[in-house]
Amino acid sequence: MIVAEGLQKSYTSGGRPLPVLQCIDVEVAQEAFVSIVGPSGSGKTTLLGLLAGLDQPTAGRVYLDGVDIFGLSEDGRAEFRSQNVGFVFQTFHLLPTLTAIENVLVPLELKGDYKGAYDQAEALLIRVGLGHRTGHYPAQLSGGEQQRVALARAFANKPKILFADEPTGNLDQATGEGIIEMLEELNQVSRTTLILVTHDMALAERAHRVIGLVGGRIASDRPGSVIR
Amino acid sequence: MREIGDSIQDRFRIRFAIRLALRESSYGFRRIGVFMGSIALGVAALVSVHSFRADIARSVQDEADVLMGGNARFSHDRPMPPPIAAVIDSLRETGAGLARVTTTMSMVSAPRSMEVRLLQVRALDKGYPFYGDVTTSPVNRWGAHLDPDRALVDPAILTQFGIQVGDTLVLGLSRLEIAGTVNGLPTDLAYQTAIGPRVHISQATLERSGLLANDGLARFEILLQLPDIEDRRGIRERYQDVLQVESVNYSLAEEQAERLSNGVRYLARFLGLVGLGALLLGGVGVASAINVYIREKRQAIAVLRCLGAGQATAFVAYLIQAAMLGLLGAMAGVAIGVLVQQQLPTLLGNIMPVVVTTRFSPTSALAGLGIGLWVSLIFALIPLLNIREIPPLAALRHDFEERNQRWDRAKLLAYGLLGLSIVGLCVIEAPNAEIGLGFALALALAGGLIVLVGSGLRLVARRYVPASSSYPVRQGVSNLFRPQNQTVSVMLALGLGAFLIGLITDVGGNIQGDLTRSFSTGRANMLLFDVQPDQVDGVSGLLPEATRQYLEATPLVSSRIVSINGRSVEDLLDEPTSDESPRRFALGREYRNTYRERLGVAEEVLAGEWWDDAQVPGDSGLQRTDGLAHVSLEEGIADALRVTLGDTITWDVSGIRIPSIVLSLRRVDWNQLEPNFYAIFEPGVLEQAPQTVVILAQVHNDAQRARVQRELIERYPNVSALDFSRVQEVIENVLVRVRQAVGFLGIFTVLAGAIVLIGSLATSRVQRMREGALLKTLGAKRAQVLTVLFAEYFALGLVATGSGLILALGTGTILVPWIFEITYSPQIGALSLIWLGVVGITVGVGFLGSIDLIQRPPLPVLRQTPE
Ligand SMILES: Nc1ncnc2c1ncn2[C@@H]1O[C@H](COP(=O)(O)OP(=O)(O)OP(=O)(O)O)[C@@H](O)[C@H]1O
Ligand SMILES: [Mg+2]
Repeated sequence: MIVAEGLQKSYTSGGRPLPVLQCIDVEVAQEAFVSIVGPSGSGKTTLLGLLAGLDQPTAGRVYLDGVDIFGLSEDGRAEFRSQNVGFVFQTFHLLPTLTAIENVLVPLELKGDYKGAYDQAEALLIRVGLGHRTGHYPAQLSGGEQQRVALARAFANKPKILFADEPTGNLDQATGEGIIEMLEELNQVSRTTLILVTHDMALAERAHRVIGLVGGRIASDRPGSVIR
Repeated sequence: MREIGDSIQDRFRIRFAIRLALRESSYGFRRIGVFMGSIALGVAALVSVHSFRADIARSVQDEADVLMGGNARFSHDRPMPPPIAAVIDSLRETGAGLARVTTTMSMVSAPRSMEVRLLQVRALDKGYPFYGDVTTSPVNRWGAHLDPDRALVDPAILTQFGIQVGDTLVLGLSRLEIAGTVNGLPTDLAYQTAIGPRVHISQATLERSGLLANDGLARFEILLQLPDIEDRRGIRERYQDVLQVESVNYSLAEEQAERLSNGVRYLARFLGLVGLGALLLGGVGVASAINVYIREKRQAIAVLRCLGAGQATAFVAYLIQAAMLGLLGAMAGVAIGVLVQQQLPTLLGNIMPVVVTTRFSPTSALAGLGIGLWVSLIFALIPLLNIREIPPLAALRHDFEERNQRWDRAKLLAYGLLGLSIVGLCVIEAPNAEIGLGFALALALAGGLIVLVGSGLRLVARRYVPASSSYPVRQGVSNLFRPQNQTVSVMLALGLGAFLIGLITDVGGNIQGDLTRSFSTGRANMLLFDVQPDQVDGVSGLLPEATRQYLEATPLVSSRIVSINGRSVEDLLDEPTSDESPRRFALGREYRNTYRERLGVAEEVLAGEWWDDAQVPGDSGLQRTDGLAHVSLEEGIADALRVTLGDTITWDVSGIRIPSIVLSLRRVDWNQLEPNFYAIFEPGVLEQAPQTVVILAQVHNDAQRARVQRELIERYPNVSALDFSRVQEVIENVLVRVRQAVGFLGIFTVLAGAIVLIGSLATSRVQRMREGALLKTLGAKRAQVLTVLFAEYFALGLVATGSGLILALGTGTILVPWIFEITYSPQIGALSLIWLGVVGITVGVGFLGSIDLIQRPPLPVLRQTPE
C-alpha cells in the first residue's frame, strides 16, 4: 500500500524555483501493478524517487505500508528499504565488482540474513534462468542477462514494493518483454506491489493501472487495457 | 557487551561491510594498489630506521662491558684523592677485580728516525681489559707492555715515526723497547686510534719515566670487575656523597655504552624523520587514490543505498577496503624495510661505536605495520567521508549534480585527527619535541603552499596560457586539470618530496660546509703549545710563509684562586660543604687563564659586558680606581665557584696577587679545537706575568706539517706540537657517511612521490587513452600527441618541484641560522640538480605510462565504453 499526499518537488535553477512535480495525490493498493507513463521530462523518475524515499519532497508525504517515510531519518529510510523495497534500473546497476550471485546476496546480507542466503540467491538465479552463470561478473553477461540478475536481486529480500525505472529501456523488444513477464510472474508469486516507469506503451498497458504524467501533474489514471 | 555489539552491527552492518569489502578487494587492488607502493616505501624507511635503532642499542649494550674494559669505572683528573682510594682498597678486599688506567699526553721521540710527536700514553695494570680480546702483532703479545721498559704501540705510530717493532721510543726519562703493535683493543671505538695513536705501558714504567710530575693533561681511571649489576649500582648509592665532594666520576659500563651510542641514535632519529616524510607522502598518495576510487564507485554506492545500505554501512565497507590496502602496503613495507635494515650499518660503516649486528626486530615491524595502517586510514578518512554525501537518487539519475561538499563535524574531526596524527608522529620520531613540532609545522606550511600553488596553476592554465602558444601545449596544460588526474595530489606528493629532499640537501650542505670550515680548510690543524713568549716570532718563522697570516697566538697564564669575595680558599675549604658552598675541585685547581681584547668565535656573553673597542684599557674610570682587574668567567665554572657578576676573585699568578671583579659571564662551545678558557682577563693586566703561548696554525700540506714538526724539535725542543689533521679526516668521514645515509633514505621520499604520480597515471589511463585516440581521429600526428603529453608532465614537474625546492630554500634560510646557528648559504647548485632530476623523473614516468596508449589505433579505443 502506497499513499502519496500533496507531493511536490521543485528544484532551484538559476536562483528561481523550477517546479517538477505539482501536488501529486495518489494511492496504490497492495499487490497492485501500476505503470507510470509520460513524455520525457514530465517527472516520472522524480516521482519514483520520492515514492521510494530516495529524495526529499518539497512538500507532501509518502506512506509506505502505513509508515511515513519522510518522518524517518536518512538511515531509517535505508533500513526500511532494505526490509521492504526492491529496485530495478534502466542501466541494470549491477555492482561490477561482484559476481552475479554476489550481487543477489547484497540485499539478503544487508537485511542480516546470512543463513541459507547463498542457496536462496542461487534459487533466485535459477528462477530467472541464470543458474549456470552464478559466478560470472556483470561485464561477462549480456544486457538482458544483467537485467535478469538485477531482477533476482530486486526480489531477494522479498520486497513488499518493487520500483522499476524503465527496466527495458536499454533492451530490445523481445528481451524487454521477457523481463516484464518475469516481473509480472515474480510480482504474482511474491505478492509485491509493482511500480513500473516506462516509455513503452505496449508494456505499460499490461499493468492493472496506468498513470499518465504531464508537466509534473497526473494527467490520466486508468486501468491497463491488456486483458488477462 | 552483546547488546553493544548488536547495535553496532545494526548501525553499520559490519558483517555485510566486511563481505562486500572482501569481494571487492581484488578489484580495488588492481585499481589503486599502485598507490600502496608509496605507503610501502614509507613504511620500509621507517621500519629500517626503527630496526636499526634497536640494532644499535642492542649491539652497544651487548658490548658494554667490552667497550669499557670492565663493569664500572672511577675517573678523575688527578690521582684518586684519599677518601676514594680508601673506597677502592675496601673494594679490593671484597675481591673485586681492579685495574688502573692512567692516560696522559707526552712528546715521544724515536731515536732511529729522529721523529718526534705528541702522543697519548696509557699506563695499564695487569688484568686490563677485563673483557674482550686484544689482538696484537706479533700475536699474543698483549701483556708485554707490563714488562719493565717495554711498550706496545698502536700501529699508526710505526708508520708515523717510520720505525719497526723492536725499535726504541724515548718517553720522558725512559727508553722503551717496542714489543709489538696493538691492532685491536676491544675498548676502542672504531675511529679512536685515528684521533690519537697511543703508547701502552705499565704503571711502573710510567712512574719511572717521571711523566706525571707536572701534568694537568692526565686522566686517572680505575676499572672494576664487578659482574653483579647490583654490586656496581650499590657502590654509587653507598659512596654518592664522597664521590660528589671529591668530584670523582663513577660510571657503569651500561651508562657509558648508552652515552657512546647517543650520537648515532640521535642521527638515527633524524633518519626516522626522513622516513616519516616518505610515509606522509604515501599518505597523500592514499588520499588521492581513495578520492579517485570513491568517485568511480559513486554509482555502485548509490545502488547500495537504494538497496537499503545506510550511510554508515557504505562508509564502513570502503573504510575496510582502505584498511586492507593500507595493511597490504604496510606489510610489503615491512618486508622491504627489513632488507633495507641490513644496509644501514654498512652505509654508516665505521662511524658506529661497535660492530652493529642486524636482527629482525618484531617491535619495529609491528610499529611499522601499525603506523603504516594508521597513516593509510587517516589519510583515506577524508575522501571516504564523501561517501556519506552520495545520495541514493544518483542511481536513478546519472548526471545528478554533486552536492556541495559540506563541512560537518565528522569532516572537521577527520582533519583534526589527521593534523594531530601528523604532529604526533613527527614528535615521536624526532630527536626531541621541538624538532618534531618544527618538522610538522614545516610540512604543513609547505603542503599548504604547494596546494595553493597548484590551485593557482589551475587558474593560470585556464586563463593565461597564451592563446598564441601552439595547440598541443595548451591542450597539455589544460589536461593537467581533468578530474581523474588528481593533479593537486600529485603536485602535493611531488612538491613535498622535492621539499624534503631539498631541505635535507640544503641544510646538510650548510652543516657540512660549516663543519668543514671549522675543522679543515680555513681552520687550524696544528696546535703548538708551551711556546715561550720570546719564541713566538721564531716558531712562527718555521711555518710556511703563506700560512702565517692565519696564525693565532694565545697566551696562557697559570693561576690559582686565593680568595673569593675576601674569603680565603683555605677558609672556604674548611667550611662544612653545603649546596651553597663553592665546589672543591673548582677552588683547588690550577687555572690556565688568558687575556685578550676580543671575544673568541666559540664564545658568547650571557650576562654583564665585554670590554669592547670603546673601552680601551685604562680609559674606564671604574676599573682603575677600584684597582680590580676585569675578568670574564665561563658560566659553568662561575656556577661551581658560586660567584656571579660583581663578585671579586683574587688570583695568585706566580706569587703575585691580582684582585679581579667578574665583569661578564660567557657561554663557551667546548666542541672546538681552539683553546678555550674558564677565565679571561682584560688586556693590560697579565702582560708581564710568566706565561706560555699556544699557537694555532694552518698547514694543510702533509709534507710541510712533518717538516715543521721536525724543525720544531730541533730548534725549540720545549714546544709540543699536536696535529689535528687526522681528526679532521675522521670528522669528514663521519659527515660523508651521515649524508650518505640521509640521502639514501631521502631517495625513498622521491620514490614515494613518483609512485603517487604513477598511480595517478594508472587511474586516469582510460580517459587519457580516449583523448589521445580522439586527437588522432581528428588528425593529430603522433608528434603532436607527444607534445601534449610532454607539456602536461613538464608543467607538472616544473611547478611542483620548483615550489617544493623554493620552499626548501626558504625553510633553510630560517632553519640554518636559527637551529644550527650557522650562516646560511643556499645550495643552489645541488638544488638545481634535484630540480632537473625530479622534472626528468616526472616527464619520464608520464611518457612511459602513456606510450602504449599512443601506439594503439584509435578506433578500438573509442569503441570501448567508458568505465
Ligand atoms: N537536480 C535537478 N535540478 C534541476 N532540475 C532537475 C533536476 N533533476 C531533474 N530535474 C528536472 O526535472 C524534470 C523531471 O525530470 P525526470 O527525470 O523526473 O523526468 P522523466 O519523466 O523521468 O524523464 P525521462 O523520461 O527522460 O527519464 C526535468 O525537466 C529535469 O530537467
Ligand atoms: Mg526518467
